[in-house]
Amino acid sequence: MTNIVNNLGIIIYATLIYMTPLTYAALGSCFSEVSGVVNIGIEGMMTAGAFTGTVVAYFTGSPWIGFFCGGLAGMLFGALHAFATVKLGADQTISGTAINMLGPGIVIMLARVMFDSTDTIPLDSTMKIPRLFKGLFDTSTVFGRFLDNVFANYASTYLVFVAVIIVWFVFYKTRFGLRLRACGEHPQACETLGIDVIKMRFLCVSISGFLAGLGGACVTMAISNQFRPISIVGQGFIAIAAVIFGKFRPHGALLGCLLFGLCSGLKVVLGGSSGVNMQILSMIPYAVTVIVLILFVGSAHVPSANGKPFVRTK
Amino acid sequence: MTKKKGVLEFIAEHRFLHILLSILMGFLVGAVFLVIMGLSVGEAYGKLISSVTNLKGFSYVIVYSIPYIVVGLSVAFSFKTGVFNIGAEGQFVMGSMAAACVGILCSGLPGIILIPLCFIAAMIAGAFWGLIVASLKTKWGINEVLSMIMFNWIAFYFSNYIAGIPAIHSDGTAEATKNVAAQARTLFPNSFIQRFNLAPTFNWGFIVAVIVTIVIWFIIEKTTLGYQLKAVGSNKNAALYGGIGVNKSILTSLGISGALAGLGGALQLLGMGGRISVFSSQEGFGFAGIVVALIGCSNPFGVLAAGIFYGALNYGGSKLNLVGVPTQLISVIVGTVVFFISISIIFERLKYVGTKLHRDTPKKPAVPEKAEGSDKK
Repeated sequence: MTNIVNNLGIIIYATLIYMTPLTYAALGSCFSEVSGVVNIGIEGMMTAGAFTGTVVAYFTGSPWIGFFCGGLAGMLFGALHAFATVKLGADQTISGTAINMLGPGIVIMLARVMFDSTDTIPLDSTMKIPRLFKGLFDTSTVFGRFLDNVFANYASTYLVFVAVIIVWFVFYKTRFGLRLRACGEHPQACETLGIDVIKMRFLCVSISGFLAGLGGACVTMAISNQFRPISIVGQGFIAIAAVIFGKFRPHGALLGCLLFGLCSGLKVVLGGSSGVNMQILSMIPYAVTVIVLILFVGSAHVPSANGKPFVRTK
Repeated sequence: MTKKKGVLEFIAEHRFLHILLSILMGFLVGAVFLVIMGLSVGEAYGKLISSVTNLKGFSYVIVYSIPYIVVGLSVAFSFKTGVFNIGAEGQFVMGSMAAACVGILCSGLPGIILIPLCFIAAMIAGAFWGLIVASLKTKWGINEVLSMIMFNWIAFYFSNYIAGIPAIHSDGTAEATKNVAAQARTLFPNSFIQRFNLAPTFNWGFIVAVIVTIVIWFIIEKTTLGYQLKAVGSNKNAALYGGIGVNKSILTSLGISGALAGLGGALQLLGMGGRISVFSSQEGFGFAGIVVALIGCSNPFGVLAAGIFYGALNYGGSKLNLVGVPTQLISVIVGTVVFFISISIIFERLKYVGTKLHRDTPKKPAVPEKAEGSDKK
């Protein structure tokens, strides 16, 4: 019994730690995709955020300035993507691919020049994003240890839930959100109503980059304590998958990220105790995502104007 | 149309020039970064050029370019049908794993049978991986981008799992498979390599890649199948109206695309390493294929050239460390090239500015399609 409760706590902890960066990035992806711009450059934006976050935290000593600057770095690449796709009407997939090469390329080059290595210098625990509730619970009792495990997470995890609520509110309860969604469905109609589609999309893709950057910064400033070239390997794509999974809705994307995090968490716990092959276990999150999609979710409604460059007609 | 043709219009009409300009911009931006970081531009680019312009260097470039060309063709082929095969990575991995299994387990067969057998196994495995995704899309409407991302990782772990099976796993301490049978390797004879002082892994794969390029060009431009696939790619509804099954086309396209990516995996395995390591992260051949397809404008011969270009950059880039320049310079250059290719659409738009034909601004030049394959009607 003790063991089960203990494991349950660890599973919840692991679920949350895996889902945090994914959810930031997925929220970013939502912003871009719903406004009608395909953004497969999330991965590159995350890498930029991951590097910038640790470097700024290292030099300023403040995790929060680092975290924010990680977002800004992602935003920079988001703006680049927006400039190409929204202002110039470039192909969105191609531009996103370019971002995925430029992001890691530039930051790893910077790392080599600044630190003489592809890795950054590890952060002290004071420079990392703090664990808010660590040590608050009495670990001598079973239940206390359970709570201690569950709430051992970094502040960024709690923040992401707040972010989901904010994004959900913005999407569905504000005029801005209504316009944003309209831009992704029928940009021409928006223009006739006086909404500046180009400005809206530019803003959304930039926000997308900001959130992806925060997601990247979570990886290097909370889960790990330094940037390495393998810090961001595929999380950006998983986030995009979570958004499609969640039918392009922020709360749906959260569900996708939670499912993915849960499977990864189970993998960690099972991998330690059972004799199941680790490689097979590692497949579970990906396989489960596809299976759940077939059984329960089905096809998603993609925003109608998604992927189509908007060209103003005179 | 009474206006004289300006420089911009000339550029607008020649897609090849867009690519050249983009490549130029790539090197320019790369140079800017070098200057910002206080590194010598001449030294870096000098090293890049000098390492690929001798016979040995060039033979390395050829070897490097083989998987890029074949996977590039795979992605380009899927582009033609309007499907974005981001799953080439997984298909590549499945292909190389299948080839490795055949090459290890059937070591009793002579090379003349074993090598084709490896190729066929790899193509079947790759096609199978592509078809799973395609049928998920056609049967249940599952977004193909999502399932491809998932199946890339499943293939990755599956390959690692297979590499750990005792019959396949290396007898030594290496975290890798056994070596494939010596007669399954596609290497040039050792005496030939030594006489001309070529790369030790110089292999027949390049000839296969060229043949595949021609075959794919033929399928796309000269056959009914190619015409149908392109029709689906340019306008689904029109194709459906014309009696072309969209679902069947998606299946065919991803099947062929997957087979190509799988073949790329086999070529890489039999030519380069001869065994598969247990990896900790994806190797990125699928991603490279996307980049090559984009630089090659999805045209098979363009992809061939782009593959060699990408191979040259990667081989040259691996030598940059010798002069103290980060290898990632290559990512910056290639990323910039791709970025400028994506915005080269503005040239096409400029063409209309002079002729006041705003209305007909092309909506989707994403996957550069050539309409003149329509000699059927």
